[in-house]
Amino acid sequence: MKIKLEDVSKTFQTFRAVRGVSLEIESGEMVALLGPSGSGKTTILRMIAGLEYPDGGHILFGDTDATRIPVRERGVGFVFQNYALFPHMTVAENIGFGMKVSKTKRSKAEIASRVNELLGLMRLDGLGNRFPSQISGGQRQRVALARALAVDPTVLLLDEPFGALDANVRRDLRRWLREIHEELGITSLFVTHDQEEALDLADRVVILNEGNIVQQGTPEEVSRAPNSRFVTTFLGDTNRIPASVHDGSAVVGEIRLPAPNATNGAAEILARPRDLDWQSQGPGIAARVLRVIDRPDGRRLVVSTDAEAHLELDVAPEVVASVGATGFVTIRRGQVFNI
Amino acid sequence: MARRVLPGLPLALGFTLLYLALIVLLPLGALVFKAASLGPEDYWRIISSPRAVASYRVTVFCAAVATAFNLVFGLALAWVLTRYRFPGRRLLDALVDLPFALPTAVAGISLTALFGQNGWFGGALAPFGIKVAYTQLGIMIAMAFTSLPFIVRTVQPVLEDLDPSIEEAAQSLGGSDWTIMRKVILPLLTPALLAGISLSFARCLGEFGAIIFIAGNQPMRTEITALLAFIRLEEYDLPAAAAIASVMLIAAFVMLAVTNAMQARALRYTRRD
Repeated sequence: MKIKLEDVSKTFQTFRAVRGVSLEIESGEMVALLGPSGSGKTTILRMIAGLEYPDGGHILFGDTDATRIPVRERGVGFVFQNYALFPHMTVAENIGFGMKVSKTKRSKAEIASRVNELLGLMRLDGLGNRFPSQISGGQRQRVALARALAVDPTVLLLDEPFGALDANVRRDLRRWLREIHEELGITSLFVTHDQEEALDLADRVVILNEGNIVQQGTPEEVSRAPNSRFVTTFLGDTNRIPASVHDGSAVVGEIRLPAPNATNGAAEILARPRDLDWQSQGPGIAARVLRVIDRPDGRRLVVSTDAEAHLELDVAPEVVASVGATGFVTIRRGQVFNI
Repeated sequence: MARRVLPGLPLALGFTLLYLALIVLLPLGALVFKAASLGPEDYWRIISSPRAVASYRVTVFCAAVATAFNLVFGLALAWVLTRYRFPGRRLLDALVDLPFALPTAVAGISLTALFGQNGWFGGALAPFGIKVAYTQLGIMIAMAFTSLPFIVRTVQPVLEDLDPSIEEAAQSLGGSDWTIMRKVILPLLTPALLAGISLSFARCLGEFGAIIFIAGNQPMRTEITALLAFIRLEEYDLPAAAAIASVMLIAAFVMLAVTNAMQARALRYTRRD
């Protein structure tokens, strides 16, 4: 089902959590709402679910105005951050709850067979009689998902779905959720503060800050062409290098970068650690190595420039550098923004 | 024996055991010993005398009604105190403890004054033919008054800790308010409710001070077991008093065992195996 938000806003007491957000989610799409805490992403998700009512604007499900429809009639599947499983019910009872309380009557056998089907789909076979306290975090997450899917929701909403899990379990579940999404084709929207999760999982990423959408697009679009300093720094580790722009290029010492969209004057080059190189000879920004951090996939250098600014570079493991060594930083690519 | 990290176990354990033995177990032992000094026939004659049996009936029936009333009212009170924010909430919260703080004799005297023939409530109820003072209804009211805080205070913390997202999840799955109350909230409150019920019921069985003023204490009709034991004591018939008291003791143990078993059943979902 297609979902449309028109100029939706929400204020809690004096805090303006969401400020006039308009957004369209196509049927069958998987969209990430990405932003730091307090950016309004969870509030937007809860308003789509009907767990909060907006102060202004409209929420449309297909062609119906769902703004005032209460959550129990909205037909959404909601996966809570802490899963919110019913602790006194078994896994099977949790999954069957929505079908049991639904207005459309189903026979016990119908419910049982659907529960079994979902247990299989979620790779939870054999766990139906356990209580939530007796299974692992990753299993609980899948029970929460199965419970939400059991009522055939028109849209699936997930609030920080992997927040409470170990890094390894998180990556597995992420890939698996993507597979489930492709299998079921259900419109899905999830909230996360983890940019890697958003880029890994979503068809489209909506980046929020202070209650506004700052950029939206495919993972490629937001990664390659971030439209602001906020988006660039939020999406990953960023070095900020002061520069000046002259006639379409940014200049730092002897380094020139194309900057077609910047106006003449003071600017900043934002570059990822991987976009910087370390050379023993000039030209480049003269710097001294402060720390060397070795990692399985390379080595990170923390260097200090003559202007006492710290830069971080990801270089190949073969690059020779030791603490105290001097050399030159060159910039392979970067985003230029006027200050 | 493995060395423990936390110090003081022998001293703390010894002290608590000694205290428990002197203050709790010794008097109970003396009671049983006194009652046992009667022969089995005498014992049975005393505890099964019509007057004693009538007192059990009055006590248990009134305690059950008072506890049932407190179950409903106490749950509602705990619900209001945890779910809503309103002016005077903290005052109401403090008032709940009043029956604990008040000497029970004071409660008994004020209830009698209130419900007596010329009291505010008694006078207002008289035209409808409802008599409270010197009837079992009076006993129930006195019992309900003194045991009210138990249900509230056992349910309140559980209700406060209840994750709101559990209710939201039930709502998002299409559950009506009534369904959510019945299938989600009440089952989660059951262990706390059981604990509250058993405490409240035990207090009702043992209540003395608040009841004797309002009950009228007519043998066979409004005489509670605790009073009967007291009367025997006043007649210097110590073994008979002990025999009647031992019945109350047994009743208390049976009730504890039953509620514990029910609680364990209600909490079986927390077992990790």
